[in-house]
Amino acid sequence: MADGIRDKVAVLGMGCSVFGERWEDDSVDLLLEAFLECLEDAGIEKKDIDAAWIGNHIDEISIGKGGCYLSNALHLPFIPVTRVENFCASGTEAFRGACYAVASGAYDIVLAAGVEKLKDIGYGGLPDSPIFGQLSRLLSPNATAPGMFAQLATAYSAKYGIPMDKIKEAITHISWKSHQNGVKNPKAHLRKEVSTVQICESPFVAYPLGLFDCCGVSDGSAMAIVTTPEIARKLKPNQELVLVKALQISVSSGEELIFNQWDGSGLMTTQHAAEKAYAEAGIKKPREEIGMIEVHDCFSITEMVTMEDLQISPPGKAPDDILSGFYDLDGQVACQPDGGLKCFGHPIGASGLRMIYELYNQLLRRWPEDRLVKDPKMGLSHNLGGVPSQNVCSICILGKE
Amino acid sequence: MVGICSYAGYIPRYRLNRMTIFSAIGWFNPAIIMNAAGDKSVANCDEDAITMAVAAGSRCLRGFNPQDLGAVYFASTTAPYKERQNANIVAGALAAEEEIRTADFAGSVKSGTSALLAALEYSAAEKGKEALACAADCRMGKVGSVQEMVFADGGAAIMVGGKDPIAIFKGSYSLSCDFVDHLRGANSKYDRQWEERWIRDLGYDRLIPETIQGICRKFDLEVSDFHKVVYPCYYGGARKNINRKLGLTPEQVQDDLMMDVGDTGSAHPLLMLAKALEDAVPGERLLVLSYGNGCDALIFEVTEAISTYHDRLRVTDSIKNQQELDSLYKYLSWRDMLPLEIGMRGEEERLTRWSLVWRSRKAILSLQGSRCLECGTQQYPPQRVCVNPDCGAVDRMEKVILATKKGKIVSFTSDLLAATINPPAIYGNVDFEHGGRCMMDFTDCVLDDLQVGMDVRFSFRIKYFDSKRDTTFYFWKAVPVKEVPTDG
Repeated sequence: MADGIRDKVAVLGMGCSVFGERWEDDSVDLLLEAFLECLEDAGIEKKDIDAAWIGNHIDEISIGKGGCYLSNALHLPFIPVTRVENFCASGTEAFRGACYAVASGAYDIVLAAGVEKLKDIGYGGLPDSPIFGQLSRLLSPNATAPGMFAQLATAYSAKYGIPMDKIKEAITHISWKSHQNGVKNPKAHLRKEVSTVQICESPFVAYPLGLFDCCGVSDGSAMAIVTTPEIARKLKPNQELVLVKALQISVSSGEELIFNQWDGSGLMTTQHAAEKAYAEAGIKKPREEIGMIEVHDCFSITEMVTMEDLQISPPGKAPDDILSGFYDLDGQVACQPDGGLKCFGHPIGASGLRMIYELYNQLLRRWPEDRLVKDPKMGLSHNLGGVPSQNVCSICILGKE
Repeated sequence: MVGICSYAGYIPRYRLNRMTIFSAIGWFNPAIIMNAAGDKSVANCDEDAITMAVAAGSRCLRGFNPQDLGAVYFASTTAPYKERQNANIVAGALAAEEEIRTADFAGSVKSGTSALLAALEYSAAEKGKEALACAADCRMGKVGSVQEMVFADGGAAIMVGGKDPIAIFKGSYSLSCDFVDHLRGANSKYDRQWEERWIRDLGYDRLIPETIQGICRKFDLEVSDFHKVVYPCYYGGARKNINRKLGLTPEQVQDDLMMDVGDTGSAHPLLMLAKALEDAVPGERLLVLSYGNGCDALIFEVTEAISTYHDRLRVTDSIKNQQELDSLYKYLSWRDMLPLEIGMRGEEERLTRWSLVWRSRKAILSLQGSRCLECGTQQYPPQRVCVNPDCGAVDRMEKVILATKKGKIVSFTSDLLAATINPPAIYGNVDFEHGGRCMMDFTDCVLDDLQVGMDVRFSFRIKYFDSKRDTTFYFWKAVPVKEVPTDG
């Protein structure tokens, strides 16, 4: 009987590029920036890496298909390099591949990389492409990501009888908090404090989401080097170890898309992945046992419903928790201490690893005082790729040894 | 004896007040003030002759089984395809079987009655088998022209057959001649016409009376034998002359809908006929004429069956369901008469993969889904593995047509980022009556019209137009029910 990934893999080092509109940089520059930091942190050399995984979503805009781009960019010495794509979970998928490679005993030291160069698209938002296949493109509405996620709000409002005004107030607080946190983060894309009035009155992108309810579309890269706890102890005898406690993926079954039982007010995949991740990590009461979360706030409303899908807020109570400051940096469960997708930015393939980078550095207390989460306990990262009616959710839980 | 079994008219939701046009372009051609009274109907940007024919056809078929149809005919001078039979798209959207006869009628605004005659003759030859004639037009006039004022968008459908017709077809008479009052070459978007006085005096004023006299001679009838005479003529003066010349009383003359709708081209005689049938009583004799390089004339006698016939969609209601289009810019943008900056998102590739469309044609055209024979779960698009997590049966499905069912809104939004010539894009999740769900575009509505739980109906619309390959692709959209007039 499989017993999961818990405590079988240690994070040896991490790196993350500055996220943003990196007009002058190509994916190779972003990768190198993250790689050099990661390698230094891990305290190893390039030749020590046995295998690599690279997460990337929009291959046609940035790095193309296959593993060659990463291998060529870093000139990796003929080691196995695998490109993985699973929507916004691509970065976490690369991390998962690397962790499984180590846990299986196949390799000692493995690189997990994520990169996305979005600012060569030529227009705002993500490109219009047949992400769910050609037939789906013919049948699906003329939709964009904000429009698909915005519908969580109308469905949530109808389910709990919570007026749209209150939802708008809660999601405004979400974006306000991300800006508060992001402003302190030197690697974040959007580093500016904004008022709740500015957020709330920003022009609509997709009802009820305004401009400030949408995350930044950014260029960036993030990386991890993972190994076994035994090797990590040997290589870093004076450092506390950060261990992987859980790694779960859940993919829509088509029920949300075409069956009538999903009410559209939350994400079934997150609910499934969270349940499995808590079991894997041995967490019984997530609201008390988890001290910080990095969730997929592609849109503020996604963050709101995710608080319930992760069982941290009770059903129908996320707006109250949010407005009470429960998820603020000094709250009980700090959510997006690094500014989240909203302000750190969202280079898709890198985002999962960027979240893990934040949890890792918080657990090791490496940030300046004003950025530190009070009591990180265990940290959870969460990605959601696709749209609410069909998506891929990934969850990673990290903790100290 | 064959005759009309059902009828419906479809006027799109938008109206352009003719004074709106005049106030924008009257400086250029002050004479169009003569045509500036009333409204003209305007198809939404996702409508064309095909979708309006389907809208009329599907209403016409309510209460009938589309699988009984032996022929589906489509008439238009603005069909989106020169090749790729338009009638096949219409028949597919109406969920007709594939073992039927289909044909396009084109080349003249007389084509609506040509299609109707062909349907009647088909039915007579096939022992009363049902046939459907749909006509629709979406003609454009150049900016500042009389045509811009009088041309309107709309459709009509007449189902004929031998079973309990509400109006029996008694005979026809046609006049065909190369009278070129106007023409539109194969590569032109707009009409070119000859002098109006000539069109009025030698066209309408002569050909229509001649045709009426001809049919009276042929069937040994007097003009006074008709309770209603239905003929199109958008020149008010010529219309008065014709009525006077023929001695028609005001009660005999069917209103030509110019004030509320305008001239809907191929559809117009059928639309006016549909309007006449709304008020017809048993025993009445109707004369229907078309005009376009000659005339067709048809005689119908209204039967007792009309007293139990429920109107599918009264033209009167369709006229009432209106929303003013307050901007001429919007109209010109929708019709691609202005170079609109749609943005790079709107320039993404839209190659239509026809082998894929072929495999999924029933799901696309008639919103055909599947129903699980094991657990009864209805699902769309058709599935091989039942989506019900408690079932999961494989290849145990029967087909079900969802286009004619109602739906309910599960969630919705209004999206300003999506590339569209009519922002914002409004769409959401819709549950089909008796099960099944689909994320769909909404049309003919604004954000404020929508609520979770609200009923919707489905309307066949343009999904996208690929200008690079001159390809129009169609799919179904949801329309909030409060926006759809009552069905009588």
